[in-house]
Amino acid sequence: MDELQGQRRDELWELTLDQARAGLERRAFSSVELTQSCLERIQQVEDRVKSFVTVTGEIALEQAAKADRARAAGAAGPLTGIPMQLKDLICTRDIRTTCSSRMLENYVPVYSATVAEKLFDQGAVLLGKGNMDEFAMGSSCENSAFFPTHNPWDLQRVPGGSSGGAAAAVAAGEAVFALGSDTGGSIRQPASLCGVVGLKPTYGLVSRYGLIAFASSLDQIGPVGKDVTDCALVLNAIAGYDAKDSTSLPEGLPDFTRGLTGKLDGLRLGLPEEYFVAGMQPGVREATLKAVETLEGLGAAVEPVSLPTTEYALACYYIIAPSECSANLARYDGVKFGYSYQDTPDMWEAMESTRQYGFGPEVKRRIMLGTYALSSGYYDAYYRQAQQVRTLIRQDFARVFEKVDALVTPTSPVVAFPLGEKTADPVQMYLIDVCTLPINIAGLPALSVPCGFAEGLPVGMQLIGPHLSEERLLSIAYAYEQATEWHKAKPKL
Amino acid sequence: MALERAEVEHIAALARIGLTEEELETFREQLSDILEQFERLTQLDTRSVTPTGHAVELATVMRDDVPEPPLNPEDTLRNAPRRQADFFRVKAVLEE
Repeated sequence: MDELQGQRRDELWELTLDQARAGLERRAFSSVELTQSCLERIQQVEDRVKSFVTVTGEIALEQAAKADRARAAGAAGPLTGIPMQLKDLICTRDIRTTCSSRMLENYVPVYSATVAEKLFDQGAVLLGKGNMDEFAMGSSCENSAFFPTHNPWDLQRVPGGSSGGAAAAVAAGEAVFALGSDTGGSIRQPASLCGVVGLKPTYGLVSRYGLIAFASSLDQIGPVGKDVTDCALVLNAIAGYDAKDSTSLPEGLPDFTRGLTGKLDGLRLGLPEEYFVAGMQPGVREATLKAVETLEGLGAAVEPVSLPTTEYALACYYIIAPSECSANLARYDGVKFGYSYQDTPDMWEAMESTRQYGFGPEVKRRIMLGTYALSSGYYDAYYRQAQQVRTLIRQDFARVFEKVDALVTPTSPVVAFPLGEKTADPVQMYLIDVCTLPINIAGLPALSVPCGFAEGLPVGMQLIGPHLSEERLLSIAYAYEQATEWHKAKPKL
Repeated sequence: MALERAEVEHIAALARIGLTEEELETFREQLSDILEQFERLTQLDTRSVTPTGHAVELATVMRDDVPEPPLNPEDTLRNAPRRQADFFRVKAVLEE
């Protein structure tokens, strides 16, 4: 204590998951103390950051006490006693799960998502539910029906979206880690804009059971963490086959921390020219290219590659995702759960009014777009054509992965933008995801890792790999992280 | 491509979404803009391309038909906007 006088000591909420795990293991502090520290941090900054829809303080302290008892009994794993936030579309039994929508404002699930069950079984502690764009539709968290989340690096700017709450909570130190979901970039883009690490796993690696559906062939749950090691530890905890998800992959699982060695010898990286799009901020381009040089210095061979169908990905995505959305969101009819308009005797009018008042503008826009694309006379021109283009995009990736082990791109063409700047024009907002959504179309894994700053705001580098190459992507990101200091930079709040 | 007002009304009716006059016009403009972005897809020749529904190919997954305990009625009805005994109460479906 005395030797630390005059020098600031780290607060518990500042620890990474791996540091917290080590501290808990050697009994330097308890999970209750760690959880209290996070809850105090939430109290301190949440009125400015607004990353939580619901804070579950009491439940957290109960779970933390239980985790401490489990540890004392010798039954602790890496996540036992670690405080986390779950995006508010991951169902949690007896805990309100809103999707940041009026439609589900008072919805209390009667079962938990498989990922939530797994984390609870391993002793993780729930601090609360993360804010998001309504039904995960958006790139700025401004489509939350309740309030926007603010970027901890600059409170006048967006945290990205749709998992904006997850990225902001981790960046602000409110939660040690968070789970988000990624349909077109919703984990990676906010991770990039908030200067944290976000991983979108291979489609099917993590169970979607209990994830409130947006676009079922694209949705995937993944971790947001303070560094690469943390994401690997969380992925270990949530990945795996689940009989309750018919698209769950039956493959055996590696230990995702195994590749964290710092070595990149013999690695072949591709730099796809199409991802350095027109309109990309020069600082983002510079930071990414500098990161590529660092990777070369670590032993990777980098070569330019081409993915010619990239320019069609945005249109392809905005046909497929809204089409699936229009089908998935047909269930919100005001009959079985959720908001229900009652002020009419007519059934159809009640249903139309339920959906009119229960959904926000972006959700209605996408339902309408999808309904149109699937409607009689347009199905072949839009939906079928988009599914065929989807095949071409997949083939493009398959071709480059014959030559290289992974691809490096910027995660987002821009750094965090001011709140309100892009809300008036949907197409401008959609363009933000141009570097991330092709990956969902092909079902590939990809992660975003901090690689510098532009205009004082974090920039993320995206690493993309073939199916089930998470171990390799984490290995590359870890080697990069070891060679740089970006992940240690923290916002001042 | 510019959508007609009647087309937007038709889509809204199919999607069962009530819209105000103002929303109708906003969506007409915005959806027209977005559909214009879609036009570029027609530049690609896809005549011989098989469509992809899912990025990861899995055969239809079957499980053994073993009964498991279902949700109990209280849980099932817990979020019901209107309930009568063990039923969801809905507005009249059939007209007299």
